[in-house]
Amino acid sequence: MTNQEIIQPENLVYQKPRLLNNNPMHYCPGCSHSVVHKLIAEVIDEMGLEERTIGISPVGCAVFAYNYIDIDWIEAAHGRAPAIACATKRLWPDNLVFTYQGDGDLACIGTGETIHALNRGDNVVIIFVNNAIYGMTGGQMAPTTLMGMKTSTCPYGRQSDLHGFPLKLTEIAATLEGTCYVTRQAVSRVAYIRRTKAALRKAFEYSMQGRGSSLVEIVSTCSSGWKMSPEEANQWMEDRMFAYYKLGDLKDIAAK
Amino acid sequence: MEEKREILLMKGNEAIAHAAIRCGCDGYFGYPITPQSEILETLAAEKPWETTGMVVVQAESELASINMVYGGGACGKRVMTSSSSPGVALMQEGITYMAGAEIPGLIVNVQRGGPGLGTIQPSQGDYFQATRGGGNGDYNVIVLAPASVQEMADFVDLSFELAFRYRTPVIMLSDGVIGQMMEKLVLPPFKSRRTDDEVRQQCPWATTGKRGRKNNIITSLELDPSVMETHNIHLQEKYETIRQHEVRYEEYMTDDADMLIMAFGSASRIGQKAIELCRQRGMRVGMLRPITLWPFPSQEVASLSQRMRFIMSLEINAGQMVDDIRLAVNGTCPVHHYGRMGGIVPTPEEIVSEIERLIN
Ligand SMILES: Cc1ncc(C[n+]2csc(CCOP(=O)(O)OP(=O)(O)O)c2C)c(N)n1
Ligand code: SF4
Ligand SMILES: [Mg+2]
Repeated sequence: MTNQEIIQPENLVYQKPRLLNNNPMHYCPGCSHSVVHKLIAEVIDEMGLEERTIGISPVGCAVFAYNYIDIDWIEAAHGRAPAIACATKRLWPDNLVFTYQGDGDLACIGTGETIHALNRGDNVVIIFVNNAIYGMTGGQMAPTTLMGMKTSTCPYGRQSDLHGFPLKLTEIAATLEGTCYVTRQAVSRVAYIRRTKAALRKAFEYSMQGRGSSLVEIVSTCSSGWKMSPEEANQWMEDRMFAYYKLGDLKDIAAK
Repeated sequence: MEEKREILLMKGNEAIAHAAIRCGCDGYFGYPITPQSEILETLAAEKPWETTGMVVVQAESELASINMVYGGGACGKRVMTSSSSPGVALMQEGITYMAGAEIPGLIVNVQRGGPGLGTIQPSQGDYFQATRGGGNGDYNVIVLAPASVQEMADFVDLSFELAFRYRTPVIMLSDGVIGQMMEKLVLPPFKSRRTDDEVRQQCPWATTGKRGRKNNIITSLELDPSVMETHNIHLQEKYETIRQHEVRYEEYMTDDADMLIMAFGSASRIGQKAIELCRQRGMRVGMLRPITLWPFPSQEVASLSQRMRFIMSLEINAGQMVDDIRLAVNGTCPVHHYGRMGGIVPTPEEIVSEIERLIN
């Protein structure tokens, strides 16, 4: 059989999501961001929301998310995406509105905006890519950097007396009355990717049903910032990150 | 809604809130701070979300308020915030993003004295911040300076018109005197909020959800320096167009004047009184009141300066607008500053003595 004979619609098992455009992605090989982008593009398409979705991109490696997913986008100042999402959703309530943020953006400079958007129960979805480091600026310590983990601004490892402790913003979010769905997922294995996709779909559905705010954390790798190969990074994440950032749902109103 | 056009008595801050509801404002986002909290309080009491559908949110900070305005403006809606000096300092990040991404929106600054936490008493100390951009990068925003409760109301709609015409943030630079004082006013006629279809049609650039068109991206980021320079040139050309078309000012007793007071906002009200006193004593003093602080009425100042013995910049600050006057006059006549600070407002009598001193 020739390749041409094999490439037939009935043999199709996998394809690039329709809403991912052809712009070359700037992400490092193996970066979790690109997998998360793919899932978002798929879910928006499957829910038929392409024409009425507004994404808010962060300052961080995902700042250019707007170059890859073919929906309307607003690029936010560092940490402010949830405030922008609040206004956007209230002024265009029929649209799906989500933010896409890194750990520095969401859990450090934008902690206030994040907690208050979630607490107001704004019907928005916050997608939180936690790679425990500042990827974009070259690997500095993040609020989520693990104890002992080395970064360019804690070169001897994070220590509590100097740097405090890794922040679990997702746990905080689960305590807020305004949230309807809070979950922590990963994208390092096919099974995890499937679960993350289901989580995104649930969060988007809840927000379109007006049930409140959702936070979907995705524990991620940053092989460049961590100075590891993508494979080592995945292993390190599963060994070290999952022990501190436990995967699973922290809150789901439907489960009550 | 029925037309109410009777003469009312209210505070400047209340006038802004009522005007916003009446001029089709889609959203207000603010955080309490004296001396302007009545704006949010009045909106909360009026409940416009039940009548016009206007959204009102008490944000968690001025950082959040201005970013809500950025988001609301980005999706084509007529949105605004208000604050006083320390809060507006916090908003500068959002304002420069709005300028860069060309997002319309209204920011009301009911100024109080500084620096720092300063005082809750009135001041005009934020002139530099408002007219020089205020945040990072090369940009300007249109700055309107209301001098009465009536203008507090009238400038809300005007600000939105200008903001959308030029896709720019507009600042109403008021102060604690105008915000807190009660005066007669006639509220502007009622205007409906634009429908979603009208927003999509009038703002084809806005993030409203694609609905059949190419996707829209609102951003101020560009890493290619040549593209970024082109964008900056475009912004500067836009600012030049604004300079040519949007200068607003008012003259008072300038026809026969050989001495000129320049003042904006509440200082112009005190200046008017001082001019009456001067005229009683035979001194031919007139006034030029800039209504737009940016763009500044430089040409008008320059031509008036030809026949003036001097110009006195009367400001409730240490001397800020005086710089713009000197640039405009370019040495044609002496330019002086008179002002008070720290929440003290000058009296007409002390202004008259200052003019007498300058004459001698
Ligand atoms: C106000 C402001 N401060 C700092 C920066 C510099 N900066 C850009 S991205 C970033 C950190 C991003 O880290 P994170 O949110 O974790 O995203 P990642 O790149 O890891 O995905 C910082 C500090 C900025 N752009 N704006
Ligand atoms: S620096 Fe890290 S987060 Fe950024 S693209 Fe590379 S791997 Fe991804
Ligand atoms: Mg990060």
